Amino acid sequence: MTGAYRPPRDNLWFARTRHCAFFVLRELTSVFVAWTIVFLLMFVDAVRTGSLQEFGALAGRPWMIAINVLALAATVLHTITFLNLAPKATVVRLDGWRVPAWMIQGGNHSAWVVLSVLIAYFILRSP
Amino acid sequence: MTETKETATRTIRMEVARYRPGEDDEPVFQGYDVPLMPDWAVLDGLNHIKDQLDGSLSYRWSCRMGVCGSCGMTVNGEPRLTCGTFLTEYGEGPIRIEPLKGFPVIRDLVVDIDGFLAKLSSTRPWLVREGEELPLTTEYAQTPEQLDAYKQYSMCINCLLCYSACPVYVLDPDFLGPAAIALAQRYNLDSRDMGDRFDVLNQEDAVWGCTFVGECTRVCPKHVDPAEAIQRYKLTAALRSVLPWSRR
Ligand code: SF4
Ligand code: FES
Repeated sequence: MTGAYRPPRDNLWFARTRHCAFFVLRELTSVFVAWTIVFLLMFVDAVRTGSLQEFGALAGRPWMIAINVLALAATVLHTITFLNLAPKATVVRLDGWRVPAWMIQGGNHSAWVVLSVLIAYFILRSP
Repeated sequence: MTETKETATRTIRMEVARYRPGEDDEPVFQGYDVPLMPDWAVLDGLNHIKDQLDGSLSYRWSCRMGVCGSCGMTVNGEPRLTCGTFLTEYGEGPIRIEPLKGFPVIRDLVVDIDGFLAKLSSTRPWLVREGEELPLTTEYAQTPEQLDAYKQYSMCINCLLCYSACPVYVLDPDFLGPAAIALAQRYNLDSRDMGDRFDVLNQEDAVWGCTFVGECTRVCPKHVDPAEAIQRYKLTAALRSVLPWSRR
């Protein structure tokens, strides 16, 4: 349309509302999720090649611990928000009755806790 | 009673974006003082300006009751229906009124929505029937459950607040956008519809363009939840790509 004013692109859109800022923060946590996978693969590789001692030394360095504490916090935030958003994509109807979001979220979180406890049990039990 | 009278004599400052094509290179703000009435919506303030202070102000409105969807504007940075947003929400003021973000501005607070209308019609937002001769004479009864499956999406009034709030749309005007996808889902989930909107929705600029910021749902005045409509179709499209026989 001639004469219409087209506003310039807003490159600071993520700073305009609290919700958008939180959204970007959540997206950034994906970097730490990726790092957690890399770290896990490094661990698997150390087990495979028998270099667990070196891996243990590296993992015990203060800066590595700091990164991993941050990664744990970011991964937990990512997981909680991901599980909470799941009912948006999966609308479940049972005989016409729509299963409320809190039930789906509750199921997700329960499954997460059970799986985590199982994994912790196998890893932490004494040999 | 005294309090009501007192409120009626108070005024609140409205800073209204003006853009006069051919005169202004970009919008400028113009301030007006309007009576701070407890039952006045922002739209009443604008109507007061137009009737009493400056007849040249341009904006859209019609129903004054949250039904027509034409009075959407940016009020203090938030996309709002101005007929449902009260002056008293803003304390002492001032209140900044701007056109909806993300759309070309035709004049003052009036935006160009042709792009949206073209996108909307590309989703065929009507009941598509196949293999039937006109005129249709059959009744298509629905159970309350079948109605419930899509009713929420049918509440959309095309106010475009969701587009204005969506950063994906504001950065990429080609994005099909929340309301068009929610309305496509309104028909996809209707038991009487036989259409297939997969080719329009399963696109990078359509459902896959959505990064799930969720602002559309937050600002929607009719609780349509377009973010849900989009995520649901992502799942449908993904399933359909791996299981060709699954349709909706
Ligand atoms: S989905 Fe909601 S915000 Fe978007 S156009 Fe429809 S009613 Fe307005
Ligand atoms: S004037 Fe109709 S929705 Fe506000």
